[in-house]
Amino acid sequence: MENLVQMALQNVNMAAIMPSLVLCCFGMFLLMINVFMPRGKTTAASLISLLGLAVTFVVTLRAWNHPELGFAGHVALDNFATFFNVIFLIAAFLTVLMSDDYLHREGYPVGEFYPLVLFTTAGAMWMASGTDLMTVFLGLEVLSISLYVLAGLFRGQLRSNEAGLKYFLLGAFSTGFLLYGTALLYGVAGTTNIADIGFYLSAHGKMLQNPMTIAGMLLLAVGFLFKIAVVPFHMWTPDVYQGAPTPVTAFMSAGPKAAAFAALVRILILGLGGLQADWSSLLWMLAVLTMFIGNVTAIYQTDIKRMLAYSSIAHAGYALVGLVAANAVGISGILFYMLAYTFMNIGAFAVLVLAGKQGEDNLTLEGFSGFGYKRPFLGVAMSIFLFALMGIPPTAGFAGKFYIFAGAINAGYIWLAILGVLNSAISLYYYLRVMVYMYFREPQEDYGWVRMNPGTVVSIVLAIVGVLYLGVVPGKIMEMAKMALF
Amino acid sequence: MITVGHYLVLSAILFAMGTFGVLTRRNAIVIFMCIELMLNAVNLSFIALSSHLGNMDGQIFVFFVMAVAAAEAAVGLALMITFFRNKETIEVDDVNLLKW
Repeated sequence: MENLVQMALQNVNMAAIMPSLVLCCFGMFLLMINVFMPRGKTTAASLISLLGLAVTFVVTLRAWNHPELGFAGHVALDNFATFFNVIFLIAAFLTVLMSDDYLHREGYPVGEFYPLVLFTTAGAMWMASGTDLMTVFLGLEVLSISLYVLAGLFRGQLRSNEAGLKYFLLGAFSTGFLLYGTALLYGVAGTTNIADIGFYLSAHGKMLQNPMTIAGMLLLAVGFLFKIAVVPFHMWTPDVYQGAPTPVTAFMSAGPKAAAFAALVRILILGLGGLQADWSSLLWMLAVLTMFIGNVTAIYQTDIKRMLAYSSIAHAGYALVGLVAANAVGISGILFYMLAYTFMNIGAFAVLVLAGKQGEDNLTLEGFSGFGYKRPFLGVAMSIFLFALMGIPPTAGFAGKFYIFAGAINAGYIWLAILGVLNSAISLYYYLRVMVYMYFREPQEDYGWVRMNPGTVVSIVLAIVGVLYLGVVPGKIMEMAKMALF
Repeated sequence: MITVGHYLVLSAILFAMGTFGVLTRRNAIVIFMCIELMLNAVNLSFIALSSHLGNMDGQIFVFFVMAVAAAEAAVGLALMITFFRNKETIEVDDVNLLKW
């Protein structure tokens, strides 16, 4: 009996979940002290959560090149997971920075916001480091359930209620598919360990074309593609992004998307590598559809938040191109692109936080008329982020797209790369239109007062630094992304 | 003789019923019940396969699924209540503020 306990403990290895453990401790501590905090004051909570994210960042960086395996092979803190953990932490950090003032302004200074962000980040970390479908599932659910609450955080606001409810119903629906896929793969391979599934399938080649394997793969993919917001599983995205509080939207568009990519890459490459011909031809079509539908629909939007939602669908399509290529350049391109996208998209949403009026943060294009002259700093910042989203050098967006399309060309998907570049050209139209409104239109009379506040400004400045650094000297980070491959 | 195949077929039928219900029903709570039906169909598959393979992983997975489903229900019903407070309805056709 004692031997058994010792054996079990040997397998635990807390070092493998250290980053998420620290985050969860901070999250639970925040939940506890929220009880004693005066109502309506969340600044202390936001500072504590920033501290928690910073501590976790240090813990995460120390794990680089020191891979740990824990919990009987259910969790691996390898470089791949660490790279993604850094992305999640940056996303959460920028989000928390811009949230405090926003929550006060909108009249919902609820302390629960911060622990929920930390728990979402911890869930994302489990998705990135999960080497077993069970851990990935648990991470996905921790992430999703916290996000449902965050999306519906503004209880008295119908828009936010609606976002939360839609996200919940469709998210739970997609979880069902994900689980069914897991069950079928478990039935085929007799294990839920991703690498073991891969070994089993390569040892039993005839199982690859078994309908149960194929169905399992498809159902599993549906669950993740939903989270990434790939067409045709993207219908929730615009509604939820538009209705959720702006900082939550910013976080949702970067962190969870990267987490779902991390899990999808690990499962498809390690677990279902034998089926690559099948899934890459499927993802090829989905990537093209996603890019086109995202970009073309974005052209017709008049609400900027909704436009950014469609643009985020299009960006998921670009990143998917790297997964279709499935070679070193393509996959490390996804890692790089997710980091770049985190900076540029959260930056753009941070500008929207400062640009919105109280109680109405859905800026229309008209509302942006003359914005660049009224708020020079915000105008320049927004322009930088829009250039990055377009993929214009020397910004992060250009470097990211370059690596991803280079990966596609290396793998022989010339047409896919051409369609991707063509889509970048389409996207120029709606990104540039925002800038036309900002700089070439007369300001509107009823333009609301924009209150600058240090947290959001710091968040915007950090995002600008990130976008330019990744754009000017992408080599170093790209090297790290290559080292992160398993 | 009831084999694992029978259980898998039953599970597939239940899952399909759940999916069909989600797509056709209009009341959010009924939709949520259909989602629960899907999850339980998956649980049935897991347990049948687990006993067929002589491997405990599937049964442990079911415990996790049940725990997660309970957490999901708590959050989901709370979201429905806040929506109901503001709009006095829970029909998904009335969830129509946000659209293109």
